Amino acid sequence: MEQSSQQPLVSLRGIMKAFPGVLANNNIDLDIFPGEIHALLGENGAGKSTLMKILYGFYRADDGRIWVDGKETRIKSPADARQLNIGMVFQVLNLIPAMSVLENIALFLKDLPGLYNPAQIRKRIFEQSRLYGLEVNPDDMVAHLSIGVQQKVEILKLLLSDAKILILDEPTRVLAPHEVESLFEVLRKLRQNGYAIILITHKLKEVMECTDRITVLRAGRVAGTILCSEANHEKLVQLMFDKQLTAQIEREDLPRALDPVLELVSFSTHGEGTEVSLKNIALKIFPGEIVGVAGVSGNGQKELCDAILGIEKVAGGRKLLKAQDFTHSTTRKMRDFGLGFVPENPLTMATVPFMSVLENMAVTRTADYSRHGGLTMDWKLVQEDARQSLEKFGFTFSYYLPAKSLSGGNLQRLIIAREMMKDSQLIVASYLTRGLDVQSTLVARQELMRARNEGAGVLLISEDLEELFSLCDRLIVLYEGRIAGEFKPSETDYYQIGYLMTGSQGNHVTTH
Amino acid sequence: MSLLALLGVLSSTIFSGTSLLYATLGEVVTERSGTVNLGLEGVLLISAATGYGVTVSTGNPFLGVLAAMLAGGLSNLVFGYLVITRKANQLASGLAVLFFGYGLSALIGKPFVGKLINSLPRYMIPGPGELPLRYTSLFKFDFLIYLVIPMTFFIWWLLYRTRWGLGLRAVGENAETAYASGRNPGMIKFQALFVGGLLAGLGAAHLSIAFTMNWAEYMTGGRGFIAIALVIFSKWHPIRAIAGVLVFSGAVAFQLLLQVSGVNVSPFLLDMIPFILTLTVLLIWGGTRKHSAPATLGRVYQGTE
Repeated sequence: MEQSSQQPLVSLRGIMKAFPGVLANNNIDLDIFPGEIHALLGENGAGKSTLMKILYGFYRADDGRIWVDGKETRIKSPADARQLNIGMVFQVLNLIPAMSVLENIALFLKDLPGLYNPAQIRKRIFEQSRLYGLEVNPDDMVAHLSIGVQQKVEILKLLLSDAKILILDEPTRVLAPHEVESLFEVLRKLRQNGYAIILITHKLKEVMECTDRITVLRAGRVAGTILCSEANHEKLVQLMFDKQLTAQIEREDLPRALDPVLELVSFSTHGEGTEVSLKNIALKIFPGEIVGVAGVSGNGQKELCDAILGIEKVAGGRKLLKAQDFTHSTTRKMRDFGLGFVPENPLTMATVPFMSVLENMAVTRTADYSRHGGLTMDWKLVQEDARQSLEKFGFTFSYYLPAKSLSGGNLQRLIIAREMMKDSQLIVASYLTRGLDVQSTLVARQELMRARNEGAGVLLISEDLEELFSLCDRLIVLYEGRIAGEFKPSETDYYQIGYLMTGSQGNHVTTH
Repeated sequence: MSLLALLGVLSSTIFSGTSLLYATLGEVVTERSGTVNLGLEGVLLISAATGYGVTVSTGNPFLGVLAAMLAGGLSNLVFGYLVITRKANQLASGLAVLFFGYGLSALIGKPFVGKLINSLPRYMIPGPGELPLRYTSLFKFDFLIYLVIPMTFFIWWLLYRTRWGLGLRAVGENAETAYASGRNPGMIKFQALFVGGLLAGLGAAHLSIAFTMNWAEYMTGGRGFIAIALVIFSKWHPIRAIAGVLVFSGAVAFQLLLQVSGVNVSPFLLDMIPFILTLTVLLIWGGTRKHSAPATLGRVYQGTE
């Protein structure tokens, strides 16, 4: 490659970073050249985000040296990194919803005068967005933008802040397929113009599709750096895991049950403020089937889950479980019926951050573990159940750490283990594998399929179409609180679903 | 009800509303940066006592105003040390500052109880010059009253049109984003608290040096808390605060008038009118409140490792 003859734009040498109980980065070396898209690949907890947050000054390394443009530098804060033209889009988008696009971009402008002129910034936004096909309306409130558009704003923000080294932390996580395609298009154009791009990801397909070089991290160390042209799927997996994965998800053919486990009849909710209202949802989930819900997040997925769980008030229609009316039942009743629930945000919606892992394991079924009429808890039994369940998934945790100290991926593992601890009749899973690495994803999917094979009805909400197509027996698309289409996976393709997800006027075919 | 009585209500609304508006503006600025100062009442008391004391000692009310502002700013910095540097809980620290303010202001003010001062000079509003004296005397205002509306627009401009304001609001919405943009959230929160304290000081100065021309313990009578409620009423927006202050102070002046005119209702009940009105408005606003409050309001910024 021609890059090897150039001087690297960024060199990291011997980067060390420890968090309580984990060595996140262990002696990492990395070179980034101008005009390349460099993938940072690795499973959860491999240290990818930590390393890049160190480069951006968000974390400070315990040890190690950094050169930018051939000069050794010390990056103590994002302010330092920005001086060196380094910019980063975080995994959780960092835009401020209550501000306009223009204000969000102005916040990151390097040369923003004390008294700024919005008209001038608006002009710069238009110029830059035309250059890269990143059309946005500067005066829109970010709260009203879809995730895809927000991603565009984030990238524009970096470009306008004069960043030459762009770090993108899992940028495709929440995008629909055609949005991913256009993001890669933008990245390729940026590469042509001499930007250096670091793409953090754990999706092998993306890595092969749009990068030049790949550095694989494993457990805080560099497992290897290879050229994309010399890489293949097996090689990368081997670097990531140091072993071959045996990917096997077994779908048993079950006779279709006669009665649905969950039935929603012209089901509606009334959304307040930024919430979405569900409108006239008709949905049946039969035992032994996985029904997938495709859709860009914020189109009623959260409301659907909450309404099924009984947190959200039902405004109209009925909710039946095994032909019994549960429309206005409490969450407790739903849980007693045998409902497992993996919400979209495990930290805020499924755990008590300051309680320990073990307490969090017990918190959804305290009745099962209480003794002496609720005066004591059988912690031994909790521990035994937790151990069994975690073992099944191959997860390991310290039971006494507070839940908030776990990483996003580990929290997700904890919730999955908890919600699939007992045999459930109905499982509602939102973004089951979001933030999980390849290995854990596989296990989580296997367990979901096992639950299905054993006769549970499953509602799986996801933006990962690959996941939906490989796991689901049926698929519905949710758009603005309505069901925009219903398909069997074999009868449709990514693009049809993708267009329905984004509300594009494509071929609106519904097959029943 | 006579014209004179109505004009009296208006005049009294303006006089008692001025200190409230300054205090509300100050709290808007600090809350926009994500910090709730529940101890505002205490800060007002410290400022009022300090301003009054300096006016008595120097004979110069302008020096008193300046001293009150500084006292407000410094008190807020103490609060800032607790909640920003020491990362203490904001509500608990606010209450601590409140009670500290009760005590400290009583201590500062004690030597000056009953002393006379040169109050801030008052100037006739231009316009109705030919009215009889009993009307015109109602509309002679000090400079702090003339300044308060321009100040409101200035604060709005500061928050919404300058780089400083943009950064300050960003800290209140998401301190980590502000940090990622190269700002120092802790420093910005301190600045917001200082500016908020200066404004609270202005309000307190108006109360003791211009309006009542007197120092008495607990003289603020809950204004600090009303100001916090008015911040919610105004949805954290300086200009809407004017409406809130007018409603509340108008109600106070009106019920005072009712009491004077001898309505056969318990004065304690009448005293409650402004507070009931404020509660009612808050109840009505309540449903939409979460969509306008700064997103990290009341939370302590932990920083990064």
